[in-house]
Amino acid sequence: MIYFNNVSKVYRDAVALQDVTFTVDTGEFVSIVGHSGAGKTTLTKMILADEIPSGGTVFFESINIGKLKNKSLTKLRRRIGVVFQDYKLLSNKTAYENIAFAMEAVGKTDEEIQSDVPHVLELVDLSHRIMHFPGQMSGGEQQRLAIARAIINQPELIIADEPTGNLDPVNTHEIVQILKKINDLGTTVILTTHNRGVVESINKRVITMENGKIIRDTKHNK
Amino acid sequence: MGITSFKRIIKGGFLNFKRGGIVSWAAVLVVTITLSVITLIIFLQAVLHFSLNQIKDKVDVTIYFTVNAPEEKIMLLKSSLEKLPEVAAATYTSADEALKLFRDRHSSDYPTIQALDEIGDNPLGAYLNVKAKEVSQYESIANFMKSDNALVLGSASIIDKVNYHQNKLVIDRLNTIISGAQKLGFLVTLILMIISVIITFNTIRLTIFISKEEIGVMRLVGASKMHVRGPFMVEGVIYGVIATIVTMLVFWPAAGWLGRNMTDFLGINMYDYYLSSFFQIFTILLLSGIILGIISSFLAIRKYLNK
Repeated sequence: MIYFNNVSKVYRDAVALQDVTFTVDTGEFVSIVGHSGAGKTTLTKMILADEIPSGGTVFFESINIGKLKNKSLTKLRRRIGVVFQDYKLLSNKTAYENIAFAMEAVGKTDEEIQSDVPHVLELVDLSHRIMHFPGQMSGGEQQRLAIARAIINQPELIIADEPTGNLDPVNTHEIVQILKKINDLGTTVILTTHNRGVVESINKRVITMENGKIIRDTKHNK
Repeated sequence: MGITSFKRIIKGGFLNFKRGGIVSWAAVLVVTITLSVITLIIFLQAVLHFSLNQIKDKVDVTIYFTVNAPEEKIMLLKSSLEKLPEVAAATYTSADEALKLFRDRHSSDYPTIQALDEIGDNPLGAYLNVKAKEVSQYESIANFMKSDNALVLGSASIIDKVNYHQNKLVIDRLNTIISGAQKLGFLVTLILMIISVIITFNTIRLTIFISKEEIGVMRLVGASKMHVRGPFMVEGVIYGVIATIVTMLVFWPAAGWLGRNMTDFLGINMYDYYLSSFFQIFTILLLSGIILGIISSFLAIRKYLNK
């Protein structure tokens, strides 16, 4: 599904990625681990075309992401759900509107929005927060809302960039369980983290990065 | 773009405005200030225009005829003068009327009246009062009088004098002042407009800068450019509409005060002017406000959309 082929990224004075090659199959749950600055976030940004490689190619199925023009880029992003460490919710929209916005973006009707939003909020246990703004919610709740937004359009791929970075162990556990459930339902998940405990609790394929290179790519076995 | 997304964009704009709170109102305030500047300029132009017209109206050239000049010849000259494109009006005053006016003017000046009575005959000739469309055109009218055109009509013999040459200095001076005032007015207008447009543009840019990250998030969620940009442009329109209403409301009592207290000084009743031009001013402000709001939002958001 995802193909990284000798991908490099060089910023003015630093190398973020160096000759990264790997593939992700449909339905996989891949954890990318490494210290801060190892290149995990750059990697995920490339799948979203938020960063363009300095060298090499990134493919999403048969699409060369680096060569996408505006319209097709928008279309690609609609096939991917994203969860960030800092949630990136729309602060002046309620929980309901945050999810509705993502549905409006892909052109869903008002009826679909009215029936699906409460349903997905129930799925992440946020029914009681439906009319609250992100600022009125706890970190864990905001991250669950972000996940709800990421999955509402039934994307083929979920990218979760350090989704548990700002959360306590209880909330971390909840988020990981939700992501596992999403993966069980057939959606490909790419998760980045520097938390060993998270990786171990998932118990799936792990790519370890250091200084912009992949140093280990293994199915994690306890 | 379908009707549904259009409705969503409009609704999004209103929600953004409502939830923007103090930031939205700050933007409205700045647009209001800009529109007030525009209104003031409209007022100033009205005063300037009115005053200049009054001054221009005071300038004229009078052609005095000899006492025995036959009326047909004068009328012939009058009609040929009126054919000139520069001439706004030519008024004929006959010798009898001239005498009557003279007597009226000097009715308390006994020796003059007595002298006049002693002469018996009417010593005054008829005259033509000529008004040009522009102050600068008197010279060419005076030249016409000197030219062969006028002579062919046989008028040289009946013209006693033309007072243009006595008034030339004053007319020239007025002409310089008027064109200077017009140029200065235009320059001041231009500078004020540019300043207010820049300030408004920057304020709207700041309000969008606050949402910079959210714009990025919207794009990452898969929203099209129009879906992101639309509500901001609607917000720009809302700034413009509210600012127009506020400006019109503020200038109502202001014009009333000017009308009551400053009419003599300004030479024009501002309140009457405001009421008679209400819809014109309203349209100018509304269009300026909306265009300013939309274009500022459009340009300001462009920077954050290209990802």
